[in-house]
Amino acid sequence: MSTHAIRLIGVGKSYRRGTRRQGYETLREAVTDWMRGLTARSDRLREQSDGLFWALQDVSMDVPCGSALGMIGANGAGKSTLLKILSRVTEPTTGEVHLNGRVGSLLEVGTGFHPELTGRENVMLNGAILGMKRAEVLSKFDAIVDFAETAAFIDTPVKHYSSGMYLRLAFAVAAHLEPEILLVDEVLAVGDAAFQKRCLGRMNDVAREGRTVIFVSHNLDAIRRLCSHAVMLERGHVVTFGATADVIARYLSTDYQRPAPATRIDVSTQPRIGTGAARFVSVCYCATASSAGGQPYSSGPLTIVVEIESDRAREVRSMAVFLTDQFGTKVINADTVHINQTVSLDAGRNVFRFAIHAIHLMPGFYRVGLWLADPVHTHSPSAAYDFVESAFELEVTRDESRSGAGTGALVPCDFDVEALK
Amino acid sequence: MPTILRRSSGWPPLHLQELWTYRELLYFLVWRDLKVRYKQTVLGVAWAVLQPLMATIVFSVFFGRLAGIASDGVPYPVFNLAGLVPWGFFAFGLNEAANSVVGSRQLITKVYFPRLAIPLATVLVGLVDLAVGFLLLLTAMILYGITPSVRAFMVLPFILLAFTASLGAGLWLAALNVRYRDVRYVLPFLTQMWLFTTPIVYPSSLVPPAWRTVQGLNPMVGVVDGFRWALFGAQARSSTIAMSTVVALALASGGAFYFRRTERAFADIV
Repeated sequence: MSTHAIRLIGVGKSYRRGTRRQGYETLREAVTDWMRGLTARSDRLREQSDGLFWALQDVSMDVPCGSALGMIGANGAGKSTLLKILSRVTEPTTGEVHLNGRVGSLLEVGTGFHPELTGRENVMLNGAILGMKRAEVLSKFDAIVDFAETAAFIDTPVKHYSSGMYLRLAFAVAAHLEPEILLVDEVLAVGDAAFQKRCLGRMNDVAREGRTVIFVSHNLDAIRRLCSHAVMLERGHVVTFGATADVIARYLSTDYQRPAPATRIDVSTQPRIGTGAARFVSVCYCATASSAGGQPYSSGPLTIVVEIESDRAREVRSMAVFLTDQFGTKVINADTVHINQTVSLDAGRNVFRFAIHAIHLMPGFYRVGLWLADPVHTHSPSAAYDFVESAFELEVTRDESRSGAGTGALVPCDFDVEALK
Repeated sequence: MPTILRRSSGWPPLHLQELWTYRELLYFLVWRDLKVRYKQTVLGVAWAVLQPLMATIVFSVFFGRLAGIASDGVPYPVFNLAGLVPWGFFAFGLNEAANSVVGSRQLITKVYFPRLAIPLATVLVGLVDLAVGFLLLLTAMILYGITPSVRAFMVLPFILLAFTASLGAGLWLAALNVRYRDVRYVLPFLTQMWLFTTPIVYPSSLVPPAWRTVQGLNPMVGVVDGFRWALFGAQARSSTIAMSTVVALALASGGAFYFRRTERAFADIV
């Protein structure tokens, strides 16, 4: 018996440039291409080799049985493509993949859920789609419903579910898959904190049961807790592969722009995920509400002005600015969904100001991310309008008015000391 | 024994044994389509009766009564219905299968399973309507005083023939549809032309004898002739039926191989 669950040998995947966006060609194009090909064959050949886009190139690695491997990298680094190859959704263009054992993939929760069917029916259907036997689903049915906490609504069509319930049920089915190799992509990017924690716990169990887990996430904290090994991809290549802490350190040492406060920061070309129907164009930050304010400081205010371009007027329930620390942990998340505020976007340019009254952060560098989505039925970041994981980096300085106070803790706090008799 | 994934080239094998291991998924896909259909429609299963019934009434008035087209010695409505019921099954399967892969893009880009299951499931769904339609046909026969003999069971091989033809054409169109969305526009036209070249409103005996075998190139001719022969002993030529069988088998096996050959790119371009 081999000790490798997965072995990748020189795996590459190319797409014809344009096909990913365009989706399909028309018969007319095929016919005209073919006729042009008859007369100018060399032209077409050149066009073909130029039009190739390598999403993944020469990836080789061995994943030992029973290990949990985290996969990190900026958007477009090839993480999803690699998962698609491993889950057999698409074929590699070059190289070989050896898989020892049944593969269960969780590239998206709720794949194949049908809104008209009840929770019970969807559990059965989704189980079959994920490769479970009917008997297997039936034997785990109660555990699935318990995990999802949807017992009361199990015979209600899922179109009447809240997005949280829908998500919990979908994850619950997948969490009870028992393949030797489990592939997970970004599932934890959604759901409330308690549920995310439970999902992480469940995946931890899976890894401890001796099964192999490959986990793709932008949540470095989750990767650190869950994975012994990690791999970092950049533009389709493996950059580092090894112990999680080292890989994460390497990932975080990548240079980011650190623009000065009160300057317009163009983010239109930053790597991002989302439909792009509405997207962030530029950002500006400063310490005070007046645009002339300076460097943000510990426990001081932070103002962030975002410029959004929308293709048409729309209501958006979740517009957020978040800060992550050097370990990739989200430390601040100013999301309109948490204050129940719906944002109305006009077609064209929109400008909003986030006024955070106090940032209780230690001095240091923080990355700023941007998020724009309508949370109802948005179960994956790719369904969001726009998601810029890290737009730029800003520095939080020491609060000069309180100088002298020693730090030595992660988060500052306001406190008094009083002598008691 | 590890599973090895690499780029496939040329004509991959059908892997029917793998499809068999996924039979539960196939069952659930059929079950889902039926469930959803009857949850979303008010009349539900009644549509399987209403559609052929309405069509027969219209055809009987215009072609049977006004145009006075011959009907192999049986009352025109029964004669017409015996063609419409298998035709409905064929056309439903063809259309649903053609759109099935494009309609399942969410599944195809996220999960692996034998892709052949998708068009296969949609054609299987049509069997339920066919069963209901067949009961309608039997009822109509009895109302018109025609008692079906034991030979009525001989419709079974012709149902299989219709299934093969429907799946065969459906597989071609489903695979082509992924790459060329023109298929969507060709489909209604193709179905209509196919309807007219199939002896549904007219008897096959209207076709000159010399052309009867050639007529079998349309596999649905064999099916409809077979149905009428089995149900009320209408004349059918074995050469026509043999021709239809050969064409249906060629269509289905060619379609299955073409589908398998193109399916590797489905997730990338759908």
